[in-house]
Amino acid sequence: MIDPDRKDAAIEAENLAFSWPGKPPVIDIERFRVARGERVFLRGPSGSGKSTLLGLLGGVLTPARGRILLLGTDVTALSASGRDRFRGDHLGFIFQMFNLIPYLGVLENVLLPAQFSAARAARIPNGDLAAEGRRLLAALGLGDPEYLQRPVTELSIGQQQRVAAARALLGRPGIIVADEPTSALDHDAREDFLQLLMAESRTQGATLLFVSHDTSLSRLFDHVVSLADINRANGMSRRDTHA
Amino acid sequence: MKTLQLALRSLRNRRTTALLTISAIAVSVALLLGVEKMRTAAREGFANTVSGVDLIVGARSGQLNLLLYSVFRVGDATANVSWDSYQKIARHPDVAWTIPISLGDSHRGFRVMGTTLDYFRHYRFAGDREMTFATGKPFEDLYDAVIGADVARQLGYAIGSKIVIAHGLGNVSFAKHEDKPFTVVGVLERTGTPIDRTVHVGLEAITAIHVDWQSGMQALPGGRVSAEEARQLNLTPESITAFMVGMDSKVMTFTMQRAINDYRQEPLLAIIPGVALSQLWNLVGIADTALMIVAAFVVLAGLLGMLTAILTSLNERRREMAILRSVGARPRHVFTLLIAEAGMLASAGVAAGVALCYGLIFAAQPLLERRFGIFLDPGGLTGYDLAILGAIIGAALLMGALPAWRAYRNTLSDGLTIRV
Repeated sequence: MIDPDRKDAAIEAENLAFSWPGKPPVIDIERFRVARGERVFLRGPSGSGKSTLLGLLGGVLTPARGRILLLGTDVTALSASGRDRFRGDHLGFIFQMFNLIPYLGVLENVLLPAQFSAARAARIPNGDLAAEGRRLLAALGLGDPEYLQRPVTELSIGQQQRVAAARALLGRPGIIVADEPTSALDHDAREDFLQLLMAESRTQGATLLFVSHDTSLSRLFDHVVSLADINRANGMSRRDTHA
Repeated sequence: MKTLQLALRSLRNRRTTALLTISAIAVSVALLLGVEKMRTAAREGFANTVSGVDLIVGARSGQLNLLLYSVFRVGDATANVSWDSYQKIARHPDVAWTIPISLGDSHRGFRVMGTTLDYFRHYRFAGDREMTFATGKPFEDLYDAVIGADVARQLGYAIGSKIVIAHGLGNVSFAKHEDKPFTVVGVLERTGTPIDRTVHVGLEAITAIHVDWQSGMQALPGGRVSAEEARQLNLTPESITAFMVGMDSKVMTFTMQRAINDYRQEPLLAIIPGVALSQLWNLVGIADTALMIVAAFVVLAGLLGMLTAILTSLNERRREMAILRSVGARPRHVFTLLIAEAGMLASAGVAAGVALCYGLIFAAQPLLERRFGIFLDPGGLTGYDLAILGAIIGAALLMGALPAWRAYRNTLSDGLTIRV
């Protein structure tokens, strides 16, 4: 069943099912595969089981059945703390909004993954965390040192999202998961943000899984996958699916 | 270590709530510690006030009343002991020595006590310490006075100072024995007992200053007796307020006590200071145990305030927890974060409380001493104090486990979902 080229798969889910206790299944996916270095647009309106799928990929949820291989590692076989460690080491997340810890500075927010993951800290050139943080911020258009001084709560939403992207990219995780990261941005800013994110992921050789209901950006991706198409679980997801 | 830093930053972000929580804990800790200090000071003060005296004899009233006015200079005697009865008991073959005392006058708020030189010779306090003179010597002349350390310090008196005794005990008395001023000839070393707050004069001096007084009024100018004329009179008092007795043999103390209590000619009361002291302590002890319990509940209230503050913050911090999880924090990090928060709040509260308590003691000490004669020794933190403070922090950590557990549960169910 496993592809012989699975070494090249960044994300590989097989026969995956999940349901909340006492509820009908929300996820039932026969196969979902993202190759390494690929940029995939996963289209999923709210209620399509998107959050659940991300929880499964992130290792905070355990599937009822099936396997998930991330970068060749079967995370479903790991213990809860093993999955936490794997997530910290190999995954970078960007959420829709409120990505930043309000009481930490811009650079501190960016460097947060290195606090919890020694592997990511170790992948930073020369171990100079601050320099790498600044480099990433600059790559995402926040090169002006003036930004570093500001409390994160005073940044615009667009700037906050770039800080979040820099944080997700810190320490070269193999997979970047971006969950509606552009929904809170105005139209022009969306494409700018996405271009920067993609450019930097490409530089780092990271796989990008971009989840959104807004298909206007899908043309920029290698593949577009509709969650409604691969998720066989019915219920709300099917009904809410449009477009 | 990193998690602790995060907890600290998070608290700083919520500094208003955090400071209020810390203040509440600090006030409660200061109260608890203050009560404990007072308790210790009171207990030691009590136990150290008088020793070496086998019996205290006064007019029949209550045991505590007699102890309070004769030893603590608090309250008044209801009646006096006649000189005849005193002499009869003093001459009893089993009695080694007696110290007559005569109270009722004051000097600028300090009580004046008429006594004899036997007082300096036989009176003991704090185990077996005797009174010693910082400067000067016992009274010799009729109008000599020996003052306690507090009297000297607070009124700025030294050897040679002239003092006028006021009639009665009021802080501000209008009737004064101005015609018969006294000269300070001795200042006693600090004792930490009511002796420090007493002006001592000869027993005869008390008679002398009252020789031309009747019913609390001095005679009209024609009938007055001058200071020098008084020296010529027989100044043996007709009565004294009370007297202390030292027995030749301690074994006879109870027999003598019974004999005095059964004395026919005059209603007298003899008390054993140690017994009366412990009775007094039991009485006061209830009050301070009650205070201690109240203080403990105030601390509990402070900690509950902290718990409320942390629990209320949890909902708005679910987002924060989800972010931390997304960057690799494990649920135990979240648990540690919240426990650390409780620990930090409580530790800061305890530290501030200790500082507050000592600050208050230093600030209030002069007032306490002047107004109530309580010498509150700030001292260091005793092992018991430290145990109490440790227990408070321990309790806070234990209480912190509740929000920590809830956050842990939230973390598991929220996963990476950011709830706003």
